[in-house]
Amino acid sequence: MKRTTSQTFLLALAALVGGLLLMRHPSATGDAPPSPLFWLATLVLAVLAVQSIRRVAALDGARIYASLTAALFGVWVLYFWQLLVVVFEVPKVLLPPPSLIAQSIASHWPTLWGDFVQTVLKAVLIGWALGSGLGFAVAVAIDRMPFLQRGLLPLANLTSTIPLVAVAPIAVMWFGFEWPSKAAVVVLMTFFPMLVSTLAGLKASGKLERELMFSYAASYSRTLFALRLPAALPFMFGALKVNATLALIGAIVAEFFGSPTQGLGFRISTEASRMNMPLVWGAIVVAAVTGSVAYAVLVQIERRAAFWHPSVRES
Amino acid sequence: MGTMTERALKSLKERLAAGFPVAVMLGVVLAAWYAGAWALNAPGAIERVLPPDGAWTWQDLLQATMAMQRPVLPAPHQVALDFWSSLVDWPLDSPRNLLFHVAVTAESTLWGFVMGTLLGLVLSVCIVHSRTLNRALLPWIVASQTVPVLAIAPIVLVILGSLGFSGVAPKAVIAMYLCFFPVTVAMVQGLRSPQVIETEMMHTYAASKWQALWLLRLPAALPFLFPALRVGIAAGLVGAMVAELPTGAVAGLGARLLTGSYYGNTVQIWSALVMSALLGLTLTSVVALIERVVLRHRSQP
Repeated sequence: MKRTTSQTFLLALAALVGGLLLMRHPSATGDAPPSPLFWLATLVLAVLAVQSIRRVAALDGARIYASLTAALFGVWVLYFWQLLVVVFEVPKVLLPPPSLIAQSIASHWPTLWGDFVQTVLKAVLIGWALGSGLGFAVAVAIDRMPFLQRGLLPLANLTSTIPLVAVAPIAVMWFGFEWPSKAAVVVLMTFFPMLVSTLAGLKASGKLERELMFSYAASYSRTLFALRLPAALPFMFGALKVNATLALIGAIVAEFFGSPTQGLGFRISTEASRMNMPLVWGAIVVAAVTGSVAYAVLVQIERRAAFWHPSVRES
Repeated sequence: MGTMTERALKSLKERLAAGFPVAVMLGVVLAAWYAGAWALNAPGAIERVLPPDGAWTWQDLLQATMAMQRPVLPAPHQVALDFWSSLVDWPLDSPRNLLFHVAVTAESTLWGFVMGTLLGLVLSVCIVHSRTLNRALLPWIVASQTVPVLAIAPIVLVILGSLGFSGVAPKAVIAMYLCFFPVTVAMVQGLRSPQVIETEMMHTYAASKWQALWLLRLPAALPFLFPALRVGIAAGLVGAMVAELPTGAVAGLGARLLTGSYYGNTVQIWSALVMSALLGLTLTSVVALIERVVLRHRSQP
């Protein structure tokens, strides 16, 4: 068993080294037309790559192997993207090679950083915090008003089927081109998921626990803070995670409707119409990394905050 | 017979009891809307509509704010009138008729929805049956849920445009890839939901992989599939509307929103907004209806 594991890793390593060597071939850098030998080498490398991924995927044991497979797959996808796009001389407008995207990010870093500050740090972060905070506050406020709950909950559920981001032109009209209009769209989009989840979470504490609190003669607020809000945490974090993605989408799409000369959505739409695709891809990479990092950060906070919950303890 | 009418009466009463708070809330929203329209339009009305010498009463002001040409916030009845006139006063093939735009948007949404669902189904079956795909591809699909994939829309439009595709195809592709992610993730979960004892029974029947898929895994996955379809079609609608923005805003609800904001025609924006909300509600209710028909024999928990 141990032997096959090391063999698998040797194979994967050999394929990667072979890939590095092939990258140095003049055809791979676009300096020479591809020869039959080059095609043969590419084919062999492809077979090696697929085999190594299959072998790594078949490994049992440590959990790191599963992530390793995904990482290996991602590396090879990027590799063949680069190789084939350069060899076939695919026009940059269709699909720029990853190296060009990376270069574009590096050379336009000040611009992209400005876009990041404009879209993420202002519109998304403020809108997300305000929208989620309001959703939470309203949910707690109407916790003792069943009439309002029965009236609001069906309407709040319906909003998930409505393209809320379409309010962007109205927001631009009311709050101007700057970030407050984008934050307003984000507030609207993130408010309802948080409201619905918090209301569901407040009902999630067990009957036994609630009766225990009752037998302690605990007041309403004491029960809320000691039992029901902690029990609602997993629900609230679920909504916060969904909202993080929604907020990014909302801010970026709202910038398509009109924005100052900064922002990720503005960059994507204007550079796409100017056919400067490497920079468009660069802006998308920034947005994608932001989304993943935000999600990862929220997962980490959830682990600290709701450490006692079964879904956290199991993983 | 008597018990049946009694039961019908009881369910009617229950529905009324459930609908009453919602109706009250809707009334509150409507009242707030009117109040907002008055408050937001008042400065503009004083400046532009009412006589500048100050010879007007508060009734005049109220009337003016409810009937502005380009209000900051149109009153509900203004939106309703514009909405209704755009449905009735123009022929169906006129770009001034909202139903024309609904048809354009719904067409690309539905094409994208069908393609995205099929793609998600095929891919999820492959993932469930292949350990390699499961470990190599699934993490990326799950991770893509945290990424604003809608941002790729302009790129898709440029790529398909330079390949010579135009019209419904690029919009449908964008709606497709927005539908495809939730369907795939939910179906992988659903196809894996049968318990060990059930898969073992299929095994003792000497059922092939395909039979196990068709007779056990797919039926078991249906309750997972439909919620994903509802999410998917709503996401596809947003995708189709966003895809209409950079194409010159010719037709579709997204284009209607954009032309409205170009010309400052707020009433048009609001009626397009109401229409897109109605379209979203209709599409998801149709999916929900299909769900109820398909799953009518299952006991709902």
